[in-house]
Amino acid sequence: MTSRANLAWLLASLLVTIAVVFFWQWIANTGYVSRVFLPGPDRAFAALMRDYNSGKLFTEMGETVLRMVVGWLVASIVGIALGAAIGISPLARTWIAPTLELIRPLPASAIAPVAIVFLGMTDNMILLLVAFGSVWPMLLTTIHGFSNVHPRLDEVARVMRLNTFERVYKIALPAAMPDILGGLRLGLTIALILAVVGEMITVQGGLGSRILLAARAFRAPDIFAGVIMLGLIGLVTNVALTALERRLLRWQPAPAH
Amino acid sequence: MKALKGFALPILLLILWQVSALAVGIHSDTLAAPVEIAAAFAAGISNGSILRATVMTLTAAAGGLAVGAGLGVAAGFLFGLLPPLSRLARITVEVLRPVPAVAILPIALLVFGFGYPMEISIIAFACFFPVLLLTESAIRQISPRLMEVARVMRLTSVQRTFKIVFPAVLPRLFVAMRLAAGVALIVSVTVEIAANPQGLGYNLMLAGQSLRPADMFAILFWIGLIGWTLNWALMRTERKLFPFHSLRRGEE
Repeated sequence: MTSRANLAWLLASLLVTIAVVFFWQWIANTGYVSRVFLPGPDRAFAALMRDYNSGKLFTEMGETVLRMVVGWLVASIVGIALGAAIGISPLARTWIAPTLELIRPLPASAIAPVAIVFLGMTDNMILLLVAFGSVWPMLLTTIHGFSNVHPRLDEVARVMRLNTFERVYKIALPAAMPDILGGLRLGLTIALILAVVGEMITVQGGLGSRILLAARAFRAPDIFAGVIMLGLIGLVTNVALTALERRLLRWQPAPAH
Repeated sequence: MKALKGFALPILLLILWQVSALAVGIHSDTLAAPVEIAAAFAAGISNGSILRATVMTLTAAAGGLAVGAGLGVAAGFLFGLLPPLSRLARITVEVLRPVPAVAILPIALLVFGFGYPMEISIIAFACFFPVLLLTESAIRQISPRLMEVARVMRLTSVQRTFKIVFPAVLPRLFVAMRLAAGVALIVSVTVEIAANPQGLGYNLMLAGQSLRPADMFAILFWIGLIGWTLNWALMRTERKLFPFHSLRRGEE
């Protein structure tokens, strides 16, 4: 496929998206669906612009993004460090890893009530929820990456008489990098979801509490504006991490198609 | 033996928890000893409250999975068999996909109010996109040779779909279903915790808010057990139904 044909398809696909938006407007205008539920894109956009002008848009988005990123960073550090420690040691893999597998299928949001009992309806509770939920993909992918280092690389490490620290840093970490980066991306997706859930439960500001309050007040345009912003956050973070992944893994041969 | 070693740590932690609870003598609003939690769990099972809530949660999860995965498979087949369609829809899908499913919650709440339809619609939204993408890529990965066979045998497109495409994608379809089932359970509990006053998530939240830590931990444990059992059962079924799948994938 030539790049020109690709561009044509991309444009056509963009046109379809624009057509969908117009269709949405048309449906909203005809009034088949009650205006209470379905504001047209014009009203959603007006709500967005109003919040943008009053400055509320970015403060609330900032709160949500901050919670997502801080919780995710904590989870990344804990997950990668713990995952490396468990993955590098066969002993820890036998004794500790099964317990982690036991906890992993637990829906992360289920610990929200427990976190509330201990921390109250606070910012810290949301951070704990986000960190707890997003630590699992990081932890498990890191364990997987570290325990699947090619035996030949291990032999190289032995021949070169690397100590444990060097072995982790120079051999295992680069080898586990693709797994870890995949975990980081998945973790960030989960972090956004849990930040929103946490905000909905605690009503401590941010986009999550904003859209829930808007629903209680039947302000549909505000909900749609909030959902658009959340979708945008998800889209941007995903694109950014995918780009980072590609950049950091440049040295690897491209996966076969 | 190896499996037994895996259970050593959780059992040790439980014993430590119980012993320290006995030593310190916790009578708090936040923590409960394992024995109290077990008693609360037994009470919840025998008076039927836990089972009722479980049925509610699983009904919503199954309903949402059926709707979301059903639509996802249908759209995935369309996109997979008709590549131009997939290319045209690409940007629309990529724009909608990163919207976190819980963000739909307020819209669903506005449209349906509390109850099953609201929960099911959110679960369906969450399941739809992963199933769509996995189904589409499963169809893309069908060996071209199988399609040649279909052409040589002059199968009609309906015959081709049911005799060649469907059996070829079945293993990957099952994997998609397994992942979606996990998502459905997570989202159902999440929606119940965040808004919908029914099911396990709501009972968990209620136990926490009314300072009944034993009940709270009992339900938390039960939710974990359901998640684990679901995962285990689906993995096992997958291995039983498609024992050679991983081998075949290695060849491709």
